[in-house]
Amino acid sequence: MSELVIKDVSFSYLNGFSLRQIDLKIKAGEMVALIGPNGSGKTTLIKLAAGVLAPGHGEILLDGASLKSLPRREIARRIAVVPQYFYMPFAFTVAEVVMLGRTPFIRALSGETERDHTVAGRAMELTGIKRFSSHAFNELSGGERQKVVLAMAVAQEPKLLLLDEPTAHLDINHQVAILELVKGLNREQGVTVVGAMHDLNLAALYFDRLILLKEGAIFTEGSPSAVLTERTIHDVFGASVRITQHPSNKVPHIIILPNESDR
Amino acid sequence: MKPKKQVFLILTILAVLLVGSMFLASAFGAVFILPLDIAKMSLNKLPFVNLEPTWQPTHEIIFFQIRLLRVVGGALIGAALATAGVLFQGLLRNPLADPYIIGTSSGALFGATLVIIFIPATLSLWGFGLISIAAFLGALGAVFLVYNLALVAGKTPIVSLVLAGFAVGAFFTAVTWFMLSVSGEFQHKLGVVFDFLIGAIRVNNWLQIAVAACLILSGIVLARFFAFHLNAFSLGEEGAAYLGINVERDKLMVLGLGSFLTAWAVSLGGLIGFVGLVTPHAMRLILGPDHRVLLPAAALAGASFLVLADLGARIIFAPTELRLGILTALIGAPFFIYLLRRYRKEYAF
Repeated sequence: MSELVIKDVSFSYLNGFSLRQIDLKIKAGEMVALIGPNGSGKTTLIKLAAGVLAPGHGEILLDGASLKSLPRREIARRIAVVPQYFYMPFAFTVAEVVMLGRTPFIRALSGETERDHTVAGRAMELTGIKRFSSHAFNELSGGERQKVVLAMAVAQEPKLLLLDEPTAHLDINHQVAILELVKGLNREQGVTVVGAMHDLNLAALYFDRLILLKEGAIFTEGSPSAVLTERTIHDVFGASVRITQHPSNKVPHIIILPNESDR
Repeated sequence: MKPKKQVFLILTILAVLLVGSMFLASAFGAVFILPLDIAKMSLNKLPFVNLEPTWQPTHEIIFFQIRLLRVVGGALIGAALATAGVLFQGLLRNPLADPYIIGTSSGALFGATLVIIFIPATLSLWGFGLISIAAFLGALGAVFLVYNLALVAGKTPIVSLVLAGFAVGAFFTAVTWFMLSVSGEFQHKLGVVFDFLIGAIRVNNWLQIAVAACLILSGIVLARFFAFHLNAFSLGEEGAAYLGINVERDKLMVLGLGSFLTAWAVSLGGLIGFVGLVTPHAMRLILGPDHRVLLPAAALAGASFLVLADLGARIIFAPTELRLGILTALIGAPFFIYLLRRYRKEYAF
């Protein structure tokens, strides 16, 4: 469990896009989604939280310590990141890719310990990928690959898990499987989760708190039912929707209205 | 990663293969020397060993002063180029990258040509002719230039690195040919530059070998330290950072080490292609992509490959000697094409 505090953070890319005055507190054990249109700053915020981008202004605290002051390796021992997609140029097996998650704990010359093998093995069992542990990672389907990447993150034994649209480009069964796994980590192991999500219904179903970004600033935040209103979605996404309630969970469910019926 | 026993076995086989290749290459040439004599002569050099000579004294001179010099030189070049290949391929995440792709070769060529044209090549330092030293400085200079050109906001994205490597390489090559063209000694100096361009082992004395061996072997040992981090680099720079790698520092170190090794190989043998490209490929197919195993395996295999190729260059058209670089390209290019076609799927481009 780790707590993440983002204090008055601003950041600009060379191409002009910027995040402005982001103030956020992610409590230990929370499961929070970043939502917002493409280009609203979700991925940038994830990268800032992971410490691979440094804020131009303000600071980010991980359990009270400034990210800037922590060595890269120390950050990786506490924060794991599941990126949207990665390309693997070499024929590493699934087991080898999962073992990469142990990198921050392994000394460069002495190799993996018994414990590294145990942790990586458990991560593969948890994510249900043990049966193709000796397959080449590149030969798996997109959904299976994402499970392997999640297993790699689990092997890192993170206190904070950052997800960058982990279910983009996946079939519905894999979307559910990935988010169920993440929820399990959050509920059973107390891992703090921050995920950038483009699917608002999935965000509402699986996350406790939503943070809605618009053009690099926080538009609003709160529980799914507080954030996902017809009004805010129209203001932020420019889309016409009707909000109903999910039949089994008491969370909002978004029905998209095609433009014709809007008139 | 393959089981430890299997890895150990394969590395042992590669080491035996290297020793065998060196024996073979020492035995054949204008004069045949019995491998048994070679073993005895070598043992005789050890302290407390005093074997009765069963060989002709001239053979001893040929072996120690000519052949062994060349064979050890070849092994060093091969090991250095193959290790540099593993480093560049791992860092650039491109199994097609080779030591020459980031401008090293053109820089070396430029440095060497500068000396060939303007300075009589009789001065030397640590057994190395000025040409070799200039090649080394040129190679390092080129890589330094490429690295700085590719630097965008404190980072060097791999795409800009490859593009900068291509641009700098093209520029250095053009300037080299320009200097040659206007030097007025075009006809006279072309032969020397040609040798350098095609690649041929040019080792003159044991001091030169000793210096190169110390530097190349320590380069390989240091490279082994970064091999583990190269595995994380296969997830990309950001992926490596997520796993706790200090990306910019490691990138600078790996680039520097790879250039250092390439430059010393170039100093000994000019521009010998395909060793740094094909050997890591072949080893990756046998041992898998784990750089910790790949690196020593490629170094051993690269050394054997070059020693055998040089043997071939000496004896195939004897007494005419082929230039080594021609042979490595003739062997390397088809093998490379074969690999490309056979493993198209795995390398999914």
